[in-house]
Amino acid sequence: MTYEIIALYAVSFCLIVGAIFTLVGAIGLLKFNDSMTRLHAPTKVGTVGVGALLLASIIYNGVFGEGAIQELLIMGFLFVTAPISANFIAKVNMHRRACDAPPALPTGEEWATFDLPATDNALLEDTIPSN
Amino acid sequence: MSAATDLMNYALTGAFIVVGLCQLMAMVRVVIGPGTGDRILALDTMVVNAIGLIVLMGLAQGTRIYFEASLIIAMLGFVSTVAYARFVLRGDIIE
Repeated sequence: MTYEIIALYAVSFCLIVGAIFTLVGAIGLLKFNDSMTRLHAPTKVGTVGVGALLLASIIYNGVFGEGAIQELLIMGFLFVTAPISANFIAKVNMHRRACDAPPALPTGEEWATFDLPATDNALLEDTIPSN
Repeated sequence: MSAATDLMNYALTGAFIVVGLCQLMAMVRVVIGPGTGDRILALDTMVVNAIGLIVLMGLAQGTRIYFEASLIIAMLGFVSTVAYARFVLRGDIIE
């Protein structure tokens, strides 16, 4: 009896924490005024926000149901893929020049993100006559 | 028992309202842009919020059949984000 009451309070705490962090991430996504600054706000949604909601579900199903392992799978998958997609979006921002330019490379080369796409290179070679 | 159950029901309703509001705010960011990176980021956030909403719905109804759906949505959201970003970066998805 006491065990179940503690579990219910823990579920409520996790739900409130998840809702607050999701709200903070969404407000940051809406209110910040730079692309790279906006990039860091929704990481709270992806880690603590959804993580706390999944933790609430794990506790509830573990105490009142027969336990669930799918939540752990979702949590692991989200935590693994969030930095990868954030890295890709940062590269998109750099490619579209939506942020400050990074420092020049010491060897005088160009950053790989600023390379033209392969199709654009083919178009350039078609239009510019080679001599 | 009853006070704890009431608290959990209130927390569940509040979390539904807040996450739905966050979904609307991310949708506003999709519309106003400005720029491809912001739109990709807002769509990624909307996918994560959708997973949260599905988890909340499973918690509210006491069933476990929605977790496979949210697992598939998590995978599809990651793949679509990477595909969109690669299309912007390279002009093609699979070279």
